[in-house]
Amino acid sequence: MAKRKASVSIRECVACGCCIKVCPRNAITVPHGIHAVIDRELCIGCGKCAKECPASIISLEVTEE
Amino acid sequence: MKRKKKWYDYLWIASLTYLILGFFNILCAWLGLLCFFIPLAIAVIKGNKAYCNKYCGRGQLFSLIGGRFGLSRKKDIPGWMRSGCFRYGFLIFFFVMFFLMLWNTWLVFAGAKNLGTVVTLLWTFKLPWHWAYHGALFSDGVAQFAFGFYSVMLTSTILGFLTMVLFKPRSWCVYCPMGTMTQLICKAKNITGQPR
Repeated sequence: MAKRKASVSIRECVACGCCIKVCPRNAITVPHGIHAVIDRELCIGCGKCAKECPASIISLEVTEE
Repeated sequence: MKRKKKWYDYLWIASLTYLILGFFNILCAWLGLLCFFIPLAIAVIKGNKAYCNKYCGRGQLFSLIGGRFGLSRKKDIPGWMRSGCFRYGFLIFFFVMFFLMLWNTWLVFAGAKNLGTVVTLLWTFKLPWHWAYHGALFSDGVAQFAFGFYSVMLTSTILGFLTMVLFKPRSWCVYCPMGTMTQLICKAKNITGQPR
């Protein structure tokens, strides 16, 4: 079944961490302060991070799993 | 699974208090240096952006006013504002203005210039601010720095507020000079392969 997962545009991420706070699954981290990383195992594709991201660089991608 | 509030989720109160204190005693502006040195220290020593990610009171204030209170259009920030050119350009501009402010402070320290009891908004508009001045410690330069530094803090808050209203609540985070600088430090540390 097709699922949606959040995906970060790494190059444009400012590593502010706004997404960390809104994620209901604690699936987001910003390791070494460089860019956000989403744990795709935990992500449920709710889109809260994409909505919150001040740079609007998180999108929801459809994955076949 | 709702996150439990931690002590640092209330640091927006500190940021708000800081802005208010500047209206009563300008010397309190010196406290703002914490917002400069703590993020830099965390980035240099720990190599991460825990300050932005957890502790930044200003970011919390914007997400509270723009998010919870809804004073934000919640639209996407224009592409050029999140480009590297703009972010690094703004950082450089901010640095230049900061050093001009330090130079001005030095002139007052050295006695070459008189203390100006004004707060300069957006690097242009000089607002009389004498009511918050009750004498300086040691030298007029101490007060001059306070006026200059408070100008920087108030100006950046206003810019952040404007972009909060126009775009997403924490749009300031995209071009915040401290954020850009700490991210640069983190990137540099990662390239050189220092302890992570």
